[in-house]
Amino acid sequence: MNIHEYQAKEVLRRYGVATLKGSVAHSPDEAVAAAKQIGGSVWVVKAQIHAGGRGKGGGVKIAKSIDEVEQLTKNMIGMTLITHQTGPEGKEVQKVYIEQGCNIAKEYYVAALVDRATGRVTVMASSEGGVEIEEVAEKHPEKIKKVDVDPTVGLGAWQARELAFAIGIPSESINKASQFFQGLYKAFVEKDCSIAEINPLVLTKEGDIIALDAKMNFDSNALYRQKDIVEYRDLTEEEPTEIEASKYDLAFIKLDGTIGCLVNGAGLAMATLDIIKLNGETPANFLDVGGGANKEKVTAAFKIILKDPKVKAILVNIFGGIMKCDIIAEGVIAASKEVGLKVPLVVRLEGTNVEMGKKILKDSGLNITPADDLADAAQKVVKAVRGH
Amino acid sequence: MAILIDKNTRVICQGLTGSQGSFHSEQCLAYGTKMVGGVTPGKGGTKHIGLPVFNTVKDAKKETGCNVSMIFVPPPFAADSILEAVDADLDLVICITEGIPVQDMIKVKKYMQGRRTRLIGPNCPGVITPGQCKIGIMPGAIHKPGHIGVLSRSGTLTYEAVHQLTQVGLGQSTCVGIGGDPVNGTNFIDILKLYNADPETEGVVMIGEIGGSAEEEAAAYIKKEFKKPVAVFIAGASAPKGKRMGHAGAIISGGKGTAEAKFEALEAAGCKISRSPAEMGKTLKSMLK
Repeated sequence: MNIHEYQAKEVLRRYGVATLKGSVAHSPDEAVAAAKQIGGSVWVVKAQIHAGGRGKGGGVKIAKSIDEVEQLTKNMIGMTLITHQTGPEGKEVQKVYIEQGCNIAKEYYVAALVDRATGRVTVMASSEGGVEIEEVAEKHPEKIKKVDVDPTVGLGAWQARELAFAIGIPSESINKASQFFQGLYKAFVEKDCSIAEINPLVLTKEGDIIALDAKMNFDSNALYRQKDIVEYRDLTEEEPTEIEASKYDLAFIKLDGTIGCLVNGAGLAMATLDIIKLNGETPANFLDVGGGANKEKVTAAFKIILKDPKVKAILVNIFGGIMKCDIIAEGVIAASKEVGLKVPLVVRLEGTNVEMGKKILKDSGLNITPADDLADAAQKVVKAVRGH
Repeated sequence: MAILIDKNTRVICQGLTGSQGSFHSEQCLAYGTKMVGGVTPGKGGTKHIGLPVFNTVKDAKKETGCNVSMIFVPPPFAADSILEAVDADLDLVICITEGIPVQDMIKVKKYMQGRRTRLIGPNCPGVITPGQCKIGIMPGAIHKPGHIGVLSRSGTLTYEAVHQLTQVGLGQSTCVGIGGDPVNGTNFIDILKLYNADPETEGVVMIGEIGGSAEEEAAAYIKKEFKKPVAVFIAGASAPKGKRMGHAGAIISGGKGTAEAKFEALEAAGCKISRSPAEMGKTLKSMLK
């Protein structure tokens, strides 16, 4: 789960991570009030959307007067911001963050994440701030310093200093940086993050170490114990069909193609998209009904797929393990009847209770094309969308 | 012979009395697995689906001589169950539970260091040695005893591979689903080493997914010392950029993590790539003399 910059900074402040004074605003009036409260003579107006690259897209502007804060907010709220992470359709800005200005001496990068290879949290930092870290990793891997954290000890002060020295933070600011990194690590672990990224991390001319931007992403498996984080969820930032899917605990990702997919298991779901592509067509979605799905869940999954007007055919590919084929068959039929099936449907069932599942589909009287295996299913659904 | 489990393996189920635990333990029993008991705290001394229930894993071990545990405990408590099984010094713990927080698994992994217990999973289908022992949620009927190892990060995609092998007449020695979570107990290399040493295993189908660098690391190991043919499929080659299908952390390994990078590394290691998920069985068959 993603949250906004202003929310991430709220979380980080509780862990002693230094941020600038700031306040969220939903209107120019609120922005003016926020700027007055913050004080000073320079403010930054920052669009709050769940995507990076806001600066380049025109979503971060400096204001040198209260009037300018008002004007910039007026322009920004309601605008569609397009960045390299939003896709060409962009995202509408609903609110802005008004933040105090600061004197930047240098920009750095720091992030905490889970390293799959070691099974631990890694904190990585770089002297190259304000640019995409993927780019740094590719061109200057030597400019990235990583430390591996022992979960029973946590990020040691010595490790935090090691990071700070390695990226060239001046001696007089080392302790501030070290405290910052330790706070970031603690927030990461205690709030069950999957990533916590500060880019840029800045050194001010006064020698302070501050999070100028903050991006936090949370482990969806741990949200049950992070009630305060769940409250930060902003539904306007999410794809409506993906929200609908999450209500039923379905893993759904909308794609651009014409073949709707309903699959059990993430691996098989990905493989199903792969084989559709290999056969020259494009999938409309990734949908994993998961294990332990019931009839209601499958019905919901089916309805979500059928809502997309671009869907010209549907491929159901189920290999029963936890999932029983007869339950899938019942879900498919119930959903088809409820929504009124108008597109061709190819169903491939295999595994537990497969014969029962096939029989239920056959006896339903619906127009369903059965497939014998994965290759057959892909060919049949591709043929169906091409209409011959 | 086989790897990890065989007809002598004595299995308990942690979470036996829950609906998933009950259903799948019954399936395992029906397959012929030596299920010897279950653990549900507070229900010790009772019987469930004909098996004795114990309060703790240590009690179960003492009374039944079990050496393997299969876990179906709900996610908030599953990490604790793994730790209990490790503390009881079992040989193998297979955790089926999906949805365990990553931070819990990081602690489990640390606790397991220096201990002899092996963990498979979590979020995995389990392990099966066809005709001898099934521990997990895989449909037993699609398997056939034989000489091919199946190793995978995915659940249902593993069944797909097994099904294809059986269809082309190739049985399996032992099939292992290591699970799709970012932090798990056993990686590709651990299992490849076991296959390498197992005279019954003559070839391997390995199934990876985009993200991370486990497949690249496996490729390096295969190149160095793996002696048997390996057919590979990597799921997610068509996943669009910027849309993560449940994966994070590709950045840490620089340019690694894409399906292409994995295919390249594995091809260079002498593996044969099945570009289509429908060709896994045929691809391996073409490699056998």
